[in-house]
Amino acid sequence: MNIIVCIKQVPDTTEVKLDPVTGTLIREGVPSIINPDDKAGLEAALRIKEQNGARVTVVSMGPMQADVALREALAMGADEAYLISDRAFGGADTWATSYTIAAAIRTLDYDLIIAGRQAIDGDTAQVGPQIAQHLGLPQVSYVEAVERVEAGSLVLRRQFEDRYHIVEVATPCVITVLSELNKPRYMSVSGVMDAYREKTVNVLTLAQLESVIDKGNIGLGGSPTRVKQSFTKQPKAKGEKYEVDADEAVRLIVEWLEARHII
Amino acid sequence: MSRNILVFAEQRNGVLQKVAAELIGKASELAQKLDEQVIALILGHGVERLAQEAIEYGADSAIVVDAPELGEYLTAPYTRAAVEAIRRAEPGIVLYGATSLGRDLAPRVSATVKTGLTADCTKLEIDEESRLLLMTRPAFGGNIMATIVCAEHRPQMATVRPGVMQALPRDAGRRGEVTRLDVAFCEEDNRVRILEVVKGDRKDVDITEAKVLVSGGRGIGGAEKFALLKQLAEQFPGGEISSSRANVDAGFIGRERQVGQTGKTVRPKLYIACGISGAIQHIAGMEDADFIIAINKDPGAPIFDVADLGIVGDLNVVLPKLIAALERRA
Repeated sequence: MNIIVCIKQVPDTTEVKLDPVTGTLIREGVPSIINPDDKAGLEAALRIKEQNGARVTVVSMGPMQADVALREALAMGADEAYLISDRAFGGADTWATSYTIAAAIRTLDYDLIIAGRQAIDGDTAQVGPQIAQHLGLPQVSYVEAVERVEAGSLVLRRQFEDRYHIVEVATPCVITVLSELNKPRYMSVSGVMDAYREKTVNVLTLAQLESVIDKGNIGLGGSPTRVKQSFTKQPKAKGEKYEVDADEAVRLIVEWLEARHII
Repeated sequence: MSRNILVFAEQRNGVLQKVAAELIGKASELAQKLDEQVIALILGHGVERLAQEAIEYGADSAIVVDAPELGEYLTAPYTRAAVEAIRRAEPGIVLYGATSLGRDLAPRVSATVKTGLTADCTKLEIDEESRLLLMTRPAFGGNIMATIVCAEHRPQMATVRPGVMQALPRDAGRRGEVTRLDVAFCEEDNRVRILEVVKGDRKDVDITEAKVLVSGGRGIGGAEKFALLKQLAEQFPGGEISSSRANVDAGFIGRERQVGQTGKTVRPKLYIACGISGAIQHIAGMEDADFIIAINKDPGAPIFDVADLGIVGDLNVVLPKLIAALERRA
């Protein structure tokens, strides 16, 4: 079985701070990580590899720095890595991103494509389903458990707000997974050595993908959507804050609730 | 020419979802600015009567695709039906709820009809000059807001966070045209098969309906402390407990009670934040509460920046006294 795992390198948004003066994101010194949902997808692939036998290929689209994320995936146990990287792909929205990744995947062998449900920097949850549509494959998103892997099909638990479905999907297919799915393994020391000495990250540029790509569909120019404006949220005006003993605090709260007719 | 606003009116088990009414409410406002109409799209099996309900919430007309293939949600048949409805109605705008269903369906539709899709919008407006839909959404865990436009492709599509837009009051006298659309499903739509449907065994509380939320953060110090928060919540009619992400991840309380970017957006009359530091991801889900009280030991906690009344103190001391004081008043 050939499994492709799509991963994205993202800034650790729990560490992202705003510059109090300019109101912009401070990216300096913010660590980059493999997006958590994607890492769970990689772990799921590695478990299938251990239990059923599989070849695991990781694919990422991004700047050359994403090499680090792919090396980490190799160190965890992935067999092969591809970085889709070219200035021409820059500025892509989810439509153009999924189009480009789908084109690259067409050049590879696959039975199962796994993506994280969503990335923590964009939170869109769109690229996985869009890849599936571009490739004409069935999809199961919000997967919280892989129940069984059979020849030609998978049995999965798909989460909804008020229920879950146990579904059977025929391969080839795309699944998107939740970080609750598993606890990803750490890189092993020998894995890290291998990732940097024995394995390579294959870079796919536009030149290499030209035969499978329509240039009108990539990058900023191929993106149906545009960011018109971005801004930081203005915090609400500060209310009153009191450092008083508990009895006084309770008196203040009750008085405040009464004044607003809440009690 | 593309015109009118199509709202995917999500139903589960034949019940129109709250987010559907919210989207129809917002779409009515946008449609008025554009001098266009709101069309509700109902997909399901045995759901034709929901068309009238959608109209009562403000839709001008409805399209219904009623078929056994659309009983329980499956991506492929729902996509086929939605795409067919879009091809027929040629709307300028399509809105979906950003539910786990909407976020599965909408990207698939966008890739099929080749148009843009903006996820999890919290604000929708019409640009006076260009008449384009301005779609505003949080990114970077709520740190940055971005306004997105889809200038050349139609329809312009967005998923919208449940709980953010406001529904119009239901008007039982409202009438509109209901069109039944037949869709031919095919073999290719059957590549995913449902083996079992497991519904939540308990009736999940809907914290977005609560009038008062007493919410616990990492600072409450353990699962058992929610009992204390519950006691406080019970002092208010329509009071419920909720939580920040930390306690949910720790397994102290169910995910259905999580407030924030990855949880629910709430706008209760009163939100009492107990031991919640106020990470931006949390604030994104509760800042539209009418009134916010924060109780936290740390005077520098960012929650105090959004609180109307902040108490720097130990909630283990303050809450029992507050509960006692409220009980005395009752």
